[in-house]
Amino acid sequence: MANTPIIELKNIYKSFGETEVLTDFNLEVGEKEFITLLGPSGCGKTTILRIVGGFETPDRGSVIFQGKDITDVPPNKREINTVFQKYALFPHMNVQDNIAFGLKISGKTDQYIKDKIQYALKLVNLDGYETRSIQSLSGGQQQRIAMARAIVNEPKVLLLDEPLGALDLKLRQDMEYELIRLNNELGITFIYVTHDQEEALTMSDKVVVMNMGHIQQMGTPEEIYNEPENAFVADFIGDSNIIDGVMEEDRLVRICGEKWPCVDEGFGRNKPVDVVIRPEDIIIREPGEGRLDGEVVHNVFIGVHYEMEIMAGGFTWLAQNTTNFEVGSQVSIDVTPSNIQIMHKPQSIEEEAMEIDT
Amino acid sequence: MIKDLKKPLGYIYLGIIVVFLYAPILTLVVLSFNRSRSMAVWMGFSVDWYRRMIADPMILEAIWNTFSIALVSAVIATIIGTLGAIGITAMKKSRQTAILAFNNIPLLNADIVIGISLMLTYLIFGISLSWGTVLLSHITFSLPYVILSVMPKLKQTARMNYEAALDLGATPIHAFTKVVLPDVFPGIISGFLLAFTMSVDDFVVTHFTRGAGINTISTLIYSQAKVGIKPTLFALSTIIFVVVLVVLTVSNIISNRKSVA
Repeated sequence: MANTPIIELKNIYKSFGETEVLTDFNLEVGEKEFITLLGPSGCGKTTILRIVGGFETPDRGSVIFQGKDITDVPPNKREINTVFQKYALFPHMNVQDNIAFGLKISGKTDQYIKDKIQYALKLVNLDGYETRSIQSLSGGQQQRIAMARAIVNEPKVLLLDEPLGALDLKLRQDMEYELIRLNNELGITFIYVTHDQEEALTMSDKVVVMNMGHIQQMGTPEEIYNEPENAFVADFIGDSNIIDGVMEEDRLVRICGEKWPCVDEGFGRNKPVDVVIRPEDIIIREPGEGRLDGEVVHNVFIGVHYEMEIMAGGFTWLAQNTTNFEVGSQVSIDVTPSNIQIMHKPQSIEEEAMEIDT
Repeated sequence: MIKDLKKPLGYIYLGIIVVFLYAPILTLVVLSFNRSRSMAVWMGFSVDWYRRMIADPMILEAIWNTFSIALVSAVIATIIGTLGAIGITAMKKSRQTAILAFNNIPLLNADIVIGISLMLTYLIFGISLSWGTVLLSHITFSLPYVILSVMPKLKQTARMNYEAALDLGATPIHAFTKVVLPDVFPGIISGFLLAFTMSVDDFVVTHFTRGAGINTISTLIYSQAKVGIKPTLFALSTIIFVVVLVVLTVSNIISNRKSVA
């Protein structure tokens, strides 16, 4: 998306006591984009959201909103609304008073507020719930009221802090589609924070994978999944086999003593690399017919497919296949060249955190 | 067999406890309606002692002092305590624990120690003992109770809801009065009622910090008991008991209703 950024974070530093959470963090968010900050807990993603919302002030750096510096603007003066992790609905008010809270403050007429409540409840599929008390709602309903309360104010940007975390799987999937629909219908920029890779891949236009306060990789869900740039991203997004390899030359990598054709170039000759192969990309054949012979050592049926561990060439390969190969059966594995993803080996943990950031 | 006995035995046990707890108070209440001065003979029902109590200016003044001090000290302690609780909640965890430890010391401290140390403090600073010193003392010892009853409510949701209100455009003051305060209101009310009953109930601290001629109901009863007990004091004691009972019942009903909802 090549549109103008609505929010820019520039050189943000933030520490809590001794712990440095963000170090020289930079991010641009385009208008109407659905951007997801994805990472393990403690990676700084919620801190970024709180800085954008105005609940934390960065130690250094600036927050730019539509070209204007809003670093020191308090949250109540920002055209940004938040859906909080635990919804933060006001328990002593009923549904419509909760939704009307922001509208009353901005001095809208009674008729306008009434129409807006109707509209918002319809949008989140809860019409008729105006006078219900907050305590009488289920988690999913509370979540949707929290959404309604935020969007009636017509913010330019909506911040969502793991809003689906407390919901069960079915409801979460329904809400994922609901959020995509709202993003499309309302034309509001969504900044979404989660540690759930599936949520991130399903909903986002752009995923920002974070670890230890640094951006590991930024891209479309397809890019993040198919072309992880380092071992952290590959490991965090979905299951994967991350194997030590040596780049023999362009388009040829040695793994487990065998030479595998691949599509990556420019790594030099005889350079140690990390190789990522997704479990669903491993082709299982009869012994001798593939590139590497081995034995199935573990097998679990998990619904859509069988998840197997195959001992081959001194490495335990995680493989997914719809065909069942019994434990103990001799097999041979192969991978299509385009499904072999080559990554630079980081020299240290610090470098691992830094390398994509620079 | 044993199972069959379990229930009746339980009731008997409960009955004995209730009797031990309330028989003395019941005796007092009954004697306050006795026509005779005697504590041994029942001479028939009468409200005479109540009538004489109302006619006694000393008793009336003591009642006035008791309830004026209770009301004013409870209001002030509630305001200070609520603000204090909000401040403590906003603190870092380690500091919070330290402050709450300080807060809890007066709760465990013997009344007599609080009473004497307050008295000494007033004397050292040249403050003459009066209605005002009793009031200050009562505010002092009620404060920790108010903080303890407001804190739990604040901890649950206040910070989050406050931020949500700001997020929706509310100014800090609006967010506080419209969102935080209604949320913790039950805690504030029960803190107030606790402070009120503690004040009505207090004897020891009042005894040490009151000036000459200032009496609350409890100190009056104590000083008259030295001369010889009159049934007017039974009537007075009955009234204190009833007031405390009513306040506690109301506070329980309020907190029950809130926790159910």
